[in-house]
Amino acid sequence: MPRESSLRDDVATGAVRLVNLLSRLASRGSGTVVGGRVGLAIAPELLENLARGRDVVLVSGTNGKTTTTALIASGWGGSVATNDTGSNMPEGHVAALVASKSHSVVLEVDESWLDVVARATRPRVIALLNLSRDQLDRASEVRQIAERWRALLADLRDVTVVANANDPLIVYAAELAADVAWCDVPTPWTTDAVSCPRCTKPLHFADGSWWSECGFAKPNDLATAFGDDLTVRGTSLALELQLPGAFNEANAAVALTALSYVEVELADALERVDAVASVAGRFSLRRWRGHHLRLLLAKNPAGFSSMLLTLPHDAADVWVAINARVADGRDPSWLYDVPFEMLRGHRVYCFGDRRLDLATRLDYANVDHVVVNDESTLPVTSDVIDVLANYTAFQEWRTRSKAC
Amino acid sequence: MLSVALIYPELLGTYGDGGNALVLAERARRRGFEAEVVNVGIDDEVPDATIYLLGGGEDGPQRLGADLLRASSFAARVRDGNFVFAVCAGLQLLGTSFCVEGDDEYEGLGLVDATTSRGETRAVGDLVVRVDDRALVGFENHGGRTTLGDDVEAFATVEVGLGNDGVVDGFRTPAIWASYAHGPVLAMNPWFADKVLGRALGRELEPLVTVADQLYDERVRALAR
Repeated sequence: MPRESSLRDDVATGAVRLVNLLSRLASRGSGTVVGGRVGLAIAPELLENLARGRDVVLVSGTNGKTTTTALIASGWGGSVATNDTGSNMPEGHVAALVASKSHSVVLEVDESWLDVVARATRPRVIALLNLSRDQLDRASEVRQIAERWRALLADLRDVTVVANANDPLIVYAAELAADVAWCDVPTPWTTDAVSCPRCTKPLHFADGSWWSECGFAKPNDLATAFGDDLTVRGTSLALELQLPGAFNEANAAVALTALSYVEVELADALERVDAVASVAGRFSLRRWRGHHLRLLLAKNPAGFSSMLLTLPHDAADVWVAINARVADGRDPSWLYDVPFEMLRGHRVYCFGDRRLDLATRLDYANVDHVVVNDESTLPVTSDVIDVLANYTAFQEWRTRSKAC
Repeated sequence: MLSVALIYPELLGTYGDGGNALVLAERARRRGFEAEVVNVGIDDEVPDATIYLLGGGEDGPQRLGADLLRASSFAARVRDGNFVFAVCAGLQLLGTSFCVEGDDEYEGLGLVDATTSRGETRAVGDLVVRVDDRALVGFENHGGRTTLGDDVEAFATVEVGLGNDGVVDGFRTPAIWASYAHGPVLAMNPWFADKVLGRALGRELEPLVTVADQLYDERVRALAR
């Protein structure tokens, strides 16, 4: 690994390994955050030193960052250092860089940490997916994040920003960067960008474009766009994703664009991206007490809307699990921003700590629903049931079920 | 005919606030009233309506919402007695002034003598207030501290959370009820939804049993101190 090593870094790196090992032995999760935290405390520059000399790609945005990070890691080919355990803050990044010395690095980054992590890791590529309301009790002001990214990207050098041209908040964040590859990818959710981030006047959306009276508008120099096929920087690619949904096509387009800037052959990358069938348990088929389940993570209105579009159009039962713990955001008000009316014709079984909030939402949407207080009464069928769950509920369902 | 006008949902709808319109319309329909929800977009005229709903929003959208409403017939209609239920940013912009990024005294609609200044911290968490001796449960997320004029009645007294100032929440005039309990507060509090609906329709309503009753009981139990 071509980096200057210091005794302090070596001690810190050793501490990360040791603490993570102890954490895993003590069965306290997958053991990455704790070790990373210890390492950063011993050597605050640890992340910077661990990243030096490597090809780093960062991925951030409200929805799709885990999937896009996984698609980049798979698409790159060979050994890639990545934080695939879900810890997307510096502790997780340190742990990932200690665990693998690979020259190729792709890191999923929490939106609030992008400036810190980008300044420390000096990435070659930053991929920005979308910004929308998520965990309202914490990062409530989506626009403040866009402002912070804008300041960061105006300032950062030697980086290509791969950015979603259909999300006005992403365009606002990225437009001052020296080198931007705009991606024209499916982005159905623009409810959080109604007023112009530059002048606050209304934004207008029509015919696949958007603009504001002040001149702020969708960029027209697009690097990546969908037509009959996906075109990435002049190369036409026939996507055949295993992952479902238009939102995963958007994720794949961004991933392939990012890979093209770290000199990965697109045809090879496409094959590897197409082959990805499940990311961190998402979309995977599971078994639980005789039920066959497909687990779908949906943790905010934009993500939920996308996921509802992937459900089959028959009248199959759907299970939905909602928690409102710290990691989910403690305010479940967002349930009223999800178009649950789309589930009319299905019977929805309500799970999770906040199943009554969900049932109330479904009741007002006139969707047939059952509040599951006793799981032993659930009807068993041979059909695969889609389970939509938000963050901690998803982790619970993943833990309690087994792979098929 | 109940006409629920949801004012600028694109600007003032950060926390699922549109849910309140849905709840009112559904609870009216289930009692046999005709009901419609009118989404008043930023390019639309403010229509006549049985009730106007104002939701929460971030700084920029809140400022734009206030500007658009100031230029509309909204204030005149409210002075004529049209009923308003407002939450969060919607509450603030009905007052005389509020804070946005870069301006600590942004002009409100002045329909109520209430000024909102910036608090040192954001109030984020469960909010329980007492309205007419009954608990109203909700969630608040705002950085404002609202001071009411001497002759302005508060909407409720605070039991858990901050509201205006940790003591009282919102304000209440004959035509305007306003609370910091954002989002679908009417979904979580069916008894209060019916109070709003009864006021809008100008009549007493028969009880209506919904799963929301169980939700309300659960939240009251969870938040009771």
